[in-house]
Amino acid sequence: MRLGCAHMAGVEDLLKVEPGEGGVRLVLSGRLDADAVADIWNEALGAARGKVTVDASAVEYCDGAGSALLCELRRRAGGKITGLRPEIARVFELFEGDEEPEDKSRKPVDSPLESIGRVGAEFFEDLRDQVAFLGEMVVVFATFRGGAQRLRWNDVWITFERAGVQALLVVGLISFLTGLIMAFQAAPPLRQFGVDLFVVNLVGLAMVRELGPIMTAIVLAGRSGSAFAAEIGTMKVNEEINALNTMGLDPARFLVAPRVLAGILVTPFLIVYADLLGVAGGFLVMLMRGFPTAALWQQLTSAISVHDVMAGLIKGFVFGALVAGMGCLRGLQTKEGASAVGVSTTSSVVSSIFLIVVVDAIFAVVYYVIGF
Amino acid sequence: MGDDVMIQVQDLSAGYGDTVLLEHVSFEVKRGEIFVILGGSGCGKSTLLKNLIGLLPPLAGKVLIEGGDLATASGDKRRKILRRIGVGYQSGALFGSMTLAENITLPIEEFTRLPPEAREAIAWTKLKLVGLENFTGHLPAEISGGMQKRAAIARAMALDPQVLFLDEPSAGLDPVTSAELDALILHLRDALGVTFVIVSHELASIYAVADRVIMLDKKAKGIIAEGRPQDLRDNSKDPFVHKFFHREAA
Ligand SMILES: Nc1ncnc2c1ncn2[C@@H]1O[C@H](COP(=O)(O)OP(=O)(O)OP(=O)(O)O)[C@@H](O)[C@H]1O
Ligand SMILES: [Mg+2]
Repeated sequence: MRLGCAHMAGVEDLLKVEPGEGGVRLVLSGRLDADAVADIWNEALGAARGKVTVDASAVEYCDGAGSALLCELRRRAGGKITGLRPEIARVFELFEGDEEPEDKSRKPVDSPLESIGRVGAEFFEDLRDQVAFLGEMVVVFATFRGGAQRLRWNDVWITFERAGVQALLVVGLISFLTGLIMAFQAAPPLRQFGVDLFVVNLVGLAMVRELGPIMTAIVLAGRSGSAFAAEIGTMKVNEEINALNTMGLDPARFLVAPRVLAGILVTPFLIVYADLLGVAGGFLVMLMRGFPTAALWQQLTSAISVHDVMAGLIKGFVFGALVAGMGCLRGLQTKEGASAVGVSTTSSVVSSIFLIVVVDAIFAVVYYVIGF
Repeated sequence: MGDDVMIQVQDLSAGYGDTVLLEHVSFEVKRGEIFVILGGSGCGKSTLLKNLIGLLPPLAGKVLIEGGDLATASGDKRRKILRRIGVGYQSGALFGSMTLAENITLPIEEFTRLPPEAREAIAWTKLKLVGLENFTGHLPAEISGGMQKRAAIARAMALDPQVLFLDEPSAGLDPVTSAELDALILHLRDALGVTFVIVSHELASIYAVADRVIMLDKKAKGIIAEGRPQDLRDNSKDPFVHKFFHREAA
């Protein structure tokens, strides 16, 4: 048999394919180690058609790769292996015996089309899970009472403190700089029309109605939502969630409710703080441009009303619930194994940010329609 | 149903989705009995246990604990059943962010109106039972694997359950500690009348504690032997049962 590749020197020494009765006869010889098997694997299995007999009498040595080749020839092509040296046959015996049927639970690799379909199906399944989770949370909050049903206020407070205090620096810095950058960029063009005092309106309204809530929520998603997912996910992997369940402690009430409540409570505080620092950033630019504080303050109070602040805060409650809830949901959905925790954590942040933007868009429409 | 029946499993099928591991399994566990579930690795022992403690709904059939069905009970009814069972998980499953004492006081706090001092005193006595009374303030990560297992058993006993389910309690313990655990199990049964359902592979400990065993098999998808361990060892005709008790390779 002619082999196409010149660099496979020695292949013919290892494998000869001869016609046999009703099929082929493969003659193996020499050292069947990993290198040699790499050279002849495709050749050997490609040639193994019909009734296959394998003559292995000239095989001197056979390592794991060699055994695998022999097994595969026997298994796939129904080949009969003859002439193995006793010491090699003894090793090969380990692979004899009934073959267990293949484990069907292992999923085959998807085609691209199947992958797209699966992602789509998973998206809707996930949506259903989220709605179910929302319902569960409503039930939990609606049924608080004493005893085994009571809310763990201590946990609420701890989570509130942790989520709030840890977010202060990042939220503050981002808001301050955003206000500053906005003012810095907007002032020169507005100056051309002689209305650069309206920078205050721009920064104030944008911060209070949109950016304050959104940036706070995104920081919370990255800091606290992901932490919730990781904490609860780790508990899931360690069977701690099971342990809670069999103790009669509902994880939804025990783990999720305090975190969601803390998220709802902490977000408005952070938003007010973000609003203040964002406006302060804008003021700083304006002060440097020579505007007196009094004028800026008067412009601000005429530009934004309590309405606007409320509009931002109401969003804040929803965002807080959403971020905390998504973190917990992803944590509870964690599958087995440590790597699953990482998946949940990432997914909690991505899903939260996605939902924040969607919900914000819904708010924009609703506020517009009701003229809020 | 007699008053001495603690757990009743009726025509149970267990598995995950399309994968059926066990079919038509029925057995009873009597009050105060130490009941051991045996079987090869992967035959569904932990899965059966999950069915028994209500973590996994049966594919078919019923599990009744003192007549109550965890798969269908909800609310207070469910909690009432759960209060009467304790579970020691294969991996320990202690709450990682809490000390050993807090792990034990948690269920006590949730289910009773005992003051904090009393809760802590209970935690100390439970840890004393498993020889960990000097580790009340340790986090689970700060003690060894075998100690975690013992702590998990202490926690499972927090509310003085009527039934303790233990998944491979002696796996990973040295022979001495393992023997101590056996003694503890016998003591709890004799002194408090606790019923035990234990998944175990340790022949020595099975002979020491088990009143009755069932052996599950992957191929048969069910129980292939039931009885006293000594009887199964000496009399069983089933080749797998024979090999299991005589530690022979399949
Ligand atoms: N969450 C799950 N989803 C799907 N299949 C599972 C799941 N958990 C276990 N299995 C499968 O069920 C089978 C039995 O698992 P189980 O944990 O009950 O075995 P076991 O008898 O406890 O084994 P071991 O003695 O090794 O602990 C295994 O083949 C496993 O692959
Ligand atoms: Mg198991």
